[in-house]
Amino acid sequence: MTVQFSPAAGRDRFVGQAISRVDGPAKVTGLAKYAGEFAAPDLAYGVVVSSAIAKGRIARIDSGAAEAVPGVVKVITHENRPATSQKPEDYQDAVAPPGAPFQALASDRIVFSGQPVALVVAEDFETARYAASLVRVEYETAAPLTDVAAQAGESYDPPMKRAGIKPPPEPWGDAAGAFDGADIRVNGQYRMADEHHNPMEPHASTVVVEKDGSYTVYDKIQGVSNTHDYIAGAFGLKPEQVRVLNPYLGGGFGSGLRPQYQLFLAMLAAKDLGRSVRVTLTRDQMWSFTYRSEAIQTISLGADRSGKLTALKHDAVQGTSTYEDYQEVVVNWSGVLYDCDNVALTYSLTKLDTPTPGDMRAPGAVTGVYAIETAMDELAYASGQDPVQLRLKNYSEGDQTEDKPFGSKELREAFRQGSEAFGWASRKPEPRSMREGRELVGWGMATGIWESMMMQSSARAVLGADGRLEVGNQTGDIGTGTYTILTQIAADTLGLPLDHVTTKLGDTTLAQAPVAGGSWTAASSGTAVMKACRDLAEQVFRLARGMDNSPLANVDFERVVFTNGRIEVSGDPSKGVALTDVMRATGTDKLEATGEAAPDKDFEEKYNAYTHSAIFAEVKIDEELGVVRCTRVVSAIAAGKVLNPKTARSQILGGVVMGIGSALHEESMLDHRIGRFMNHNLGEYHVPVHADIPDIDVIFVDEEDKANPLGVKGLGEIGIVGVAAAIANAVFHATGKRIRHLPITIDKILGAD
Amino acid sequence: MNRFDYVRPNTVAEAVQALGADPQARFIAGGTNLIDLMKYDVERPGRLIDITRLPLRDITEQDGGYRIGALVTNATVAYDARIKERYPLLSSAILAGASAQLRNAASTGGNLLQRTRCYYFYDTATPCNKREPGTGCGAIGGVNRIHAILGASEHCIATHPSDMAVALAALEAVVQVSGPNGDRSIPLSEFHRLPGDDPAKDTNLAPGEIIVAVDLPAKQFKTNYTYLKLRDRLSYAFALVSVAAALELDGETIRTARLALGGVAHKPWRNPEAEALLQGKPATRETFQAAADLILREAKPQSTNGFKIELARRAIVRGLEQAAAGTPQSQSDKRIQ
Repeated sequence: MTVQFSPAAGRDRFVGQAISRVDGPAKVTGLAKYAGEFAAPDLAYGVVVSSAIAKGRIARIDSGAAEAVPGVVKVITHENRPATSQKPEDYQDAVAPPGAPFQALASDRIVFSGQPVALVVAEDFETARYAASLVRVEYETAAPLTDVAAQAGESYDPPMKRAGIKPPPEPWGDAAGAFDGADIRVNGQYRMADEHHNPMEPHASTVVVEKDGSYTVYDKIQGVSNTHDYIAGAFGLKPEQVRVLNPYLGGGFGSGLRPQYQLFLAMLAAKDLGRSVRVTLTRDQMWSFTYRSEAIQTISLGADRSGKLTALKHDAVQGTSTYEDYQEVVVNWSGVLYDCDNVALTYSLTKLDTPTPGDMRAPGAVTGVYAIETAMDELAYASGQDPVQLRLKNYSEGDQTEDKPFGSKELREAFRQGSEAFGWASRKPEPRSMREGRELVGWGMATGIWESMMMQSSARAVLGADGRLEVGNQTGDIGTGTYTILTQIAADTLGLPLDHVTTKLGDTTLAQAPVAGGSWTAASSGTAVMKACRDLAEQVFRLARGMDNSPLANVDFERVVFTNGRIEVSGDPSKGVALTDVMRATGTDKLEATGEAAPDKDFEEKYNAYTHSAIFAEVKIDEELGVVRCTRVVSAIAAGKVLNPKTARSQILGGVVMGIGSALHEESMLDHRIGRFMNHNLGEYHVPVHADIPDIDVIFVDEEDKANPLGVKGLGEIGIVGVAAAIANAVFHATGKRIRHLPITIDKILGAD
Repeated sequence: MNRFDYVRPNTVAEAVQALGADPQARFIAGGTNLIDLMKYDVERPGRLIDITRLPLRDITEQDGGYRIGALVTNATVAYDARIKERYPLLSSAILAGASAQLRNAASTGGNLLQRTRCYYFYDTATPCNKREPGTGCGAIGGVNRIHAILGASEHCIATHPSDMAVALAALEAVVQVSGPNGDRSIPLSEFHRLPGDDPAKDTNLAPGEIIVAVDLPAKQFKTNYTYLKLRDRLSYAFALVSVAAALELDGETIRTARLALGGVAHKPWRNPEAEALLQGKPATRETFQAAADLILREAKPQSTNGFKIELARRAIVRGLEQAAAGTPQSQSDKRIQ
C-alpha cells in the first residue's frame, strides 16, 4: 500500500527545498536550553566521584571531609544509597542489550574504570566539585582484562540476541572450500580503535521536584520515552508522576540513546532529598560509559581471475562488558553488499572490564564495512580490476542474507555520479604512480551501506482558529534537522506558510515516539506528522464543504488542494476558502488529529531496505614524515527522497568528517595494566579539526522508494559508513602500503615499510 | 577544584612579596593551563596571585634585540610586525601551537611555565612522580606514544609541550626573572631542566621568582629558518616531534647553525655537538643526516614511542633542508614544504 505524499496539499512547496533550520535562531541566540541548563529555585548540584580502578571492590570510602564542607547537602555512596527497584529488568531501557544493566552505587563492586562511586550534592556546583575532591576511597584491586585482541580467544556466541539486531545469517555454499580452490585469494585481519562519541554537549540531567511530588526531568537523551520508562521502572513511580523533556540535543551520535548514570544519580538524589538536583558529567567522564568497541575482524575473499567473488568469509570478535552482551551488526553487510555463492559470516563477543559499549553512529557498519571495503580494495589490486568495476562485477541485486529483493538500490548510479564528480577515470591504477611535488597522491573509494528502518510512531497535530498549526511528538531532534523537516511536511500537507507551523519535540506529554536513532526518524515521525496533518485536512475540508454557500460544495476531497492557507479546487483557485474563514464560519476553536506511522508489513515481507553510498577520497602524503592529508572527498548517496537538501547535506558532511576522524585520528588509548582509557579529554583524544577537513562534495542520487509514503530512507548514519575504507584505500594507492589498523597515524605510515 | 584566595598586585615587587615563601600560592596570567590543572585537582593552589595588572605588556627594543614583557600574549608576539620581520622563527613557532583563542589569552611567561601533557600527570587516579613525587611513573610501560626519547629518567618520561620555547631555545633567548633576592637572567636553554630524580621540578626558577621578560638577542635568522611541527592531526595537537632550525649560510656553507627539538624531551632539546658539526659544512642532506644521527645517538624508546626516534631523525633533516633552502614551513598551508 502506498500513500501519496500529500494528496490534498499544494504538494512539495517546502519539502525538497533547502530550508534553513527552524530551530537555528533559538540555538544561535542561546534561547535553546539544554538538559544541564534548566533550573529550579530549590536546585542542588551533584558531582560524581569516579572510580580510580577498573576491577575490584571498594574497601573503604570516607566522605567525612566532603560532608564537613559548608554547603554540602549529602554525599551518597553505596553505603547509604536509598533503595531502588530490586529487579534488573526494571533497568532495561528500550535499547538495552541483553544482561543486567549497570546500577550506580549499587554495591562495593567495581566493574569498570571511572565507575561512579559517590555523588556529592551541594547548594552550588563549585562546592560540590570541591567536596567531591575530598572523598577518599580505598580499593581492593583485581587485574582487569581490557585488551580485545588478547581476549579474542575467549569469544562466545551471545546466548541472548539483542532486539533489533540481526545475528549473522546461516552460511550458504561452502566458503572454506571455495576459498581454498579460488584463483585469487585475499586474506587479512582488520583492526580499528576504540572510539568515544564525544558530543559537544556534556551528559547532564536536571530533575525538578514539583509541588505535587511529581518529577519533571530534563535529560540528555535521544528520546524522552526511554528516560521516562526507565525512571518509572527503576524508582517505582507511576508513569504520570514523571514528565521528561529534552527539546534540544547538543550532539548524541548514539551516546544519548540509553539513559546514562547521571540521570539515575540525579533522580536518586532528588527523590532522596525531596529537592531538585542537576548532575552534569565532565568531559573526562564521557570515557566512563558507552563507546564504539573495537572488533577484531578477519576477512577471506576468494575470486576467479576476473575478480568475481567465489568465497567470502567475514569474522568479527567484538568487546563487550562483563554485565551486558552488547551487540551490533558488523559482518552481515558483507553478505548484503556482494553477490557470492559461498559465504560464511560469524560474529562473537568477548568480555572486557569496561563499561558496556553502545551504538555509535552507524554502529557495526562503520566497523564491518571498513573491513570488507578494504578487503575488496585488496582484491581489486590482486585481480587487476578497477575498484569501482570490481564492485559492479560483484554487485548484489538482492539481499542474499535473507533472500529478498531490495526495495530500491541506486548504488550503480551513486558509483557513476560519484566517480564522475571525482574524476575517477583519470586515476592511474598503479600504487605510487601519482605524485604532486614531494607528496604522493592516492585516490581510493569504498561503498557505504546502512539499513533503512521505520519505527512505530505517533504524531499529534492541532490547527488553531488563527490558522496556525502545531505538530509534534516525543522523539528528539538530535541535531539532524527533525524540527525543520517535520515543519516542512506539516506546512505542505496543509498548505500553510512555514511560519504558521510550530513543531514541538522531546516531551513525554506529546504523542508517543521512540528514541531518535538508526536513521529512522524522518521516515517514522515524518509519516506520522503527514498522516496527522492529512487527517486535519480532511476535517477542515468537511467543515468547509458544510459552510453556507460553500465554494467547495459537491467537490470531493481528492479534487482540492491546500495552498497559501486556503482550500481550493484543483485548477480553479477562484473556488476556495481560507482555513481561518472555515474555522470562524463554523465556530471551530481548534481541530486535532493524531497520525500513526508503522512499518509497512507488506513491504517488509517482500523487500529489504538499505541506503547506499559511494565514497571517493583523495589523500596527499609526505611519505618521509608520515603526514597524511585528506584533500578531497566525494560522497554520492542513494537514500530515497531528500526532504531538505540543506540539512541532508549537513548530515552527510558530519558523517564524512566523523569518518575522516575514524580513519586518521580517533583512538581511545587503554592502559591495559589498569584498564583505563588514558587520553580522556579532547586535547588528547583527537577528532578532526578544520585543517584536517577538505572540501566535501555531497551528491544525492535519485532513488524512488516505497517503504513509506514519504519515500525517505534515512540519512543520519549513511554518511560515515565506508569513509574510513575509502581513505585507507587511498593511502594504499598513494604509498603501496596496506595499513589494516585504524587510525592511520604517522607511526603506522613510518612503520609500514 | 579546591577553594583559594585571590589577590591582584599592581607591581612586580608586590607580586613577589605576595608569593613570598608560600608554596601553595601560584601566579595566574592567561590561566590557559593552570585552570585546567585546577579542574583536574592536579594543582590545588591555596592562593592565586593575579599578575595581569603588572606592567609587563610591552615589546621594546634593546641591545639590537627585543625585550618581550612576560604578560605579552602569544598572539601579540606572533603578529607583532617587528617580531614577524626580524624573528619569523618565533612567530612561526607560536602560530604552530594551540588555537587562536588560546594564543589570545596565553602569556609569554605562562607559555614557558606550562606543564607537561602526559596523560598520567593529568589523571590523579594514576601514579605520577611529577605530580606526586614517589608514586612512580605510570607512563613507563603504559600509554606513552607521545613521550620523551631524549633525556628522560626512570622517574619521568614527560615532555615539555611548548612550541614557543623551542624557537626561543634556538634563538638563544634569555629569561629575565625577579625574586626575593633580586633580578637575574637565565638562558632559555637552562631555564627548563631534565627530570632526573626530581621530575616535580620543571624549571630552574627558584622559589619566589617571577618571570618578567624574555630577551631576544640581536641575531635574528630572518632568512634561513623553519619551525616544522609533526603531530597527530594537522592543527591543534601537541608535537610528536618539532624542529626549530636556524642557519646562517656562506653560499652553500653553513656558518652558524641552531637546532632545537620539541616534543622529544623534558625541555627544548639542543645538542651543541650537533650544531658544531654542522658549522663549516656544506648544507647538504648528508650533513643534515650526520647531525640528526648525532642528536639521536642517545635516544631511548619507550614501549610504544620508538617511531619518534626515526621521525625525529627525518624531521631534523627536513627542517634543516627547509631552513637551508629558505622555504620555511607555513603554519597555514599544511603541506609539508
